[in-house]
Amino acid sequence: MTSTTKDPVIVVLQLSGGNDYLNTVIPYTDPLYRDARQAVGIPDSDILRISDSLGFHPSMGVIQTLFNQGNVAVVHGVGYPDSPRSHFRSMDIWHTCEPDKMGTEGWLGMAARDLDPHKENVVTTVSIGPSMFRAVSLPGVPVAAVDNLESYGLLTGISSELQRSKIIDRFSRMYSPTIGSDFVMNYLGDTGLEAMEGADILKVAPGMYSSSVEYSDSTISRRLKNIAQIHLANVGTRIFYCDYGSFDSHANQEGMLSQLWTDVSQAIGDFFDDLREHDAADNVIMVLFSEFGRRVKDNGSGTDHGAAGAAFVIGDPVKGGFYGEYPSLKPETLQQGDLVPNLDFRGFYSTIIEDWLGLDANPIVKGVFEKPAFI
Amino acid sequence: MNNDIELIAHLMRRAGFGASRTELEYRSSIGYDATVEELLNPDTQLSSDRLEFLRYHPHFWKPITSSGMGGAGWLHDMVSTQRVLQEKMVLFWHQVFATGYSKIDHYHEVIHQIDMFRDIGMGDYRELLVALAKNPAMIYWLDNCDNHSYAVNENWGRELLELFSMGVGNYTEDDVRECSRAFTGWTITPMIPRGSGTGRFDWAFEYQEEDHDDGEKTFLGHTGNFNGEDIIDIVCAHPATARFIARHLYNFFVADEPQVPAWSVEPPRDEAAVQLLADTFRESNYDMKAVLRVLFNSEFFKEARFEKIKSPVEVVVGTMRLVGGYEFPKPGIGNLAKEPGYMGQDLLGPPSVEGWHTGSEWINSGTLMKRINFTADMVGDTSKPGIQDIISRVKSKGNLNVDTFVDTCLDILGPIEVQEETKGQLVGHASELGDLTWSDDKISSDRIAEMLQLIVATREYQYQ
Repeated sequence: MTSTTKDPVIVVLQLSGGNDYLNTVIPYTDPLYRDARQAVGIPDSDILRISDSLGFHPSMGVIQTLFNQGNVAVVHGVGYPDSPRSHFRSMDIWHTCEPDKMGTEGWLGMAARDLDPHKENVVTTVSIGPSMFRAVSLPGVPVAAVDNLESYGLLTGISSELQRSKIIDRFSRMYSPTIGSDFVMNYLGDTGLEAMEGADILKVAPGMYSSSVEYSDSTISRRLKNIAQIHLANVGTRIFYCDYGSFDSHANQEGMLSQLWTDVSQAIGDFFDDLREHDAADNVIMVLFSEFGRRVKDNGSGTDHGAAGAAFVIGDPVKGGFYGEYPSLKPETLQQGDLVPNLDFRGFYSTIIEDWLGLDANPIVKGVFEKPAFI
Repeated sequence: MNNDIELIAHLMRRAGFGASRTELEYRSSIGYDATVEELLNPDTQLSSDRLEFLRYHPHFWKPITSSGMGGAGWLHDMVSTQRVLQEKMVLFWHQVFATGYSKIDHYHEVIHQIDMFRDIGMGDYRELLVALAKNPAMIYWLDNCDNHSYAVNENWGRELLELFSMGVGNYTEDDVRECSRAFTGWTITPMIPRGSGTGRFDWAFEYQEEDHDDGEKTFLGHTGNFNGEDIIDIVCAHPATARFIARHLYNFFVADEPQVPAWSVEPPRDEAAVQLLADTFRESNYDMKAVLRVLFNSEFFKEARFEKIKSPVEVVVGTMRLVGGYEFPKPGIGNLAKEPGYMGQDLLGPPSVEGWHTGSEWINSGTLMKRINFTADMVGDTSKPGIQDIISRVKSKGNLNVDTFVDTCLDILGPIEVQEETKGQLVGHASELGDLTWSDDKISSDRIAEMLQLIVATREYQYQ
């Protein structure tokens, strides 16, 4: 616990499944939008206008408020060349910055290694949810994976304190590094020790927490509340990661997207209210991205996999506004019916890595890319 | 006859969910080969009793919403059936053809799909793919009910190729399109129940000819007025499919491979093994049983002991079978069915159609904690018949020195192999337990149970 609350903190909220760019940041004055979205277009009167040509999805009211306060950066046309349009391959590329080969090292795993090179804090990175994301994983870099903060602890079923402490002591010795162990045994060893140590640090957070903010009932609200609790407990966490979805709206898109964005907007609004109430919002940015956007022309009730998407960066330190250009909807400019990315996601990451976390982006994103200046 | 009990324990962990010492002794007496044949012929053994389950959990029938008992019935099958390989193949197909209630919101249809894997999952893969394409849960999950002649929806068409048969890199975006066109009109219809049923209407497959695009299609170099079954024929005959399914089987039964999205760029860890399975798959006309027979009789399988990280379902079912007492559908099974989810494998609720990331990716600080807590709580319960059996087997060895005591526990619990350092810590702990002469029943049981708890908390216990 070497850091103070004022070290820069990043919260990533991954919109899993491929969020529909066109219906999230809507180019409402473009007649091509209406042509393409005959089944799932958003009625003009419902669109939440944020400029003379663009508007948010009707369920994004809270995000519109934050935008009007100057705290939301909308980043256009994010992606990479030759999108495979596969959820999984695309997510891997976003997680590892390796579009041409199979990467296993997560970009935030590398960032965490640079933030805490001597592994002084096992909770530098906290992943919230039942699974852990490749973006934060890197061999040798600890990640506290918390599904539910309230029940986080090792061998808590052993009721005798004396017996438990003896077993925990054996446990820590059994999980210590041994010579000749293979990769997976070492990984298990590190993970076990980090789990034990991380649980001791994190279990105090819910007890220390009090707030007047009442989060809504969705899974994403619970996840962001857990993140707020850990952030407010001052344990030195710099990277938080969670996801929500699925945004894979091949069918029944309208109902699906409305619910998802209602949940996400409310959760984000509550989260920042909570942080502001505790004077703890000035060092936090939240990043929203999805593995790809969706096809321009709808399929009659939803939209199929596409390419370019929108990313959002939210928080008091963010310079709100628009970054990059909305890719053209003209049929002749589309690739396989999809918007063509015009801002490489590695440039988007570079802004975060360099101008927010204060690290060198080049070795993480493997190259130099145009950086949108939202910090 | 090969009656090596360690080898048979390995087979039962992989082809099933582990076996008690009593069962292993029986299987050792009939031998490895006969055990494999028994596993491959589930009709020779008792299945789990679904009617008995329903008698005690009537609300499992037609759960109204996704808050029903969901995976509990299947968990009961996995814990109580004698047809363990059949049930393991159900789990295999659930991991490959991952379908989730989160979107379907109709547990019964997801359970129907699971039952379909039980009925034909050890048979002809082509027949299975056709049944999958007509399976209402799958049709809804991948939006084929929204795939129309006038508006093509690519979701099912893409995943059929990417995740269910060939794998990425073996087809083009045009093939995805043409494949999807061939499945237009393959949709679902509600079956209206007689009388006033509760819950949702069941769904049935329906082929709507008027919504099928009967035009010419060019798919993987073949041209014709293809319908869905033609596409499946072309897909099955493609060598990529044999290799893809072979690699899945290797990854599930033999040793952990990289995650599926990497398969198009990373070669298998045992090329010859995957090719042998793929060849068998094609030569047998996609007969899963023939491939499994070759797999379980191969040297690469027999040598792959403790090369795999247990999946959460394997942890939970294996532990329940080990501690015993769950053959009968007791109260509490609904909560137990949620345990795999806490460890990262929500039964009937995969994170997406890709299924779960497996192998070492099952493990993170949170899920490791959950699996250790669960197994330690279970084996620490000396009221459980399986634990009582282990305790009496240890006691029957008479007075033991600490070293033999630890060896005995490891043997009866597996047999499990541990590293020297781990063994040293177990022996160290045993020496602090007090005397091991079994004079007092309660104290003896507690000491043995504590040793079992420490063993299941080891790194080695996460392998199988």
